[in-house]
Amino acid sequence: MSAKDVVVKDRRNPLKVARGLGSSQSGVSHWWSQRLTAAALVLLGLWFVVIVLSLLHADYATARATVARPWNALLLIAFVLTMFWHAVLGLQVVIEDYVPTRWKEVSLLVAIKFLAVLGALASVLAVLRIALTP
Amino acid sequence: MMISIIHRATGVALAVGTLMVVWGLLSLAGGEQSFNQFRICTGSMPGLVLLFGWSWALFYHLCNGIRHLVQDVGVGYEIPQFVRSSWLSVAGSIVLTVLVWAYVLMQGGAA
Repeated sequence: MSAKDVVVKDRRNPLKVARGLGSSQSGVSHWWSQRLTAAALVLLGLWFVVIVLSLLHADYATARATVARPWNALLLIAFVLTMFWHAVLGLQVVIEDYVPTRWKEVSLLVAIKFLAVLGALASVLAVLRIALTP
Repeated sequence: MMISIIHRATGVALAVGTLMVVWGLLSLAGGEQSFNQFRICTGSMPGLVLLFGWSWALFYHLCNGIRHLVQDVGVGYEIPQFVRSSWLSVAGSIVLTVLVWAYVLMQGGAA
């Protein structure tokens, strides 16, 4: 295929097309967000395990009162948001690597993002309900 | 190689586990009845098996994730170090999982 054919099919200079390919667009941002959320989840994840263990035999009122405490509610919301963010970033890479069919890949990418946003919103709403209603 | 794919596999498993966290929070916000229902499900045999699996997946992903963060700084890439630290992740995850479930048993079980 000559350069002329390329120009007719796509009026952009071939170099312009090549420059936009690969991770040269938002790859660094993805990489950095993944590490940032990972670092946060080391602390928040361990804290979450401790909280869950502390509620092992707690009755309903105790569990609710624990979550309703301001610091716990705050950290719980931070944990849930970071968790879903990190999950989306990780699942995205897995889907991009292992789903060969393009339309399935894009559908899955959209689906996990929809689900993650719904999950995060539902969790935040639940914590707020627990923290703000007596 | 194996260690890397386990990191991804545990990550995917944990992503499914996020739904359990949402369910727990929603049930707690929903009232005593829904919370007790959640407790019955998590305390049942399939629930405990899932929780056990997720706890190990979490600790493995945590240990190996810290290992990756250290490697991102640029250290630990010599092959012997690389292999040794990967076993450290496996060992660390097993120790943490055993500690947590030993605590659960000492407290009289999860149910």
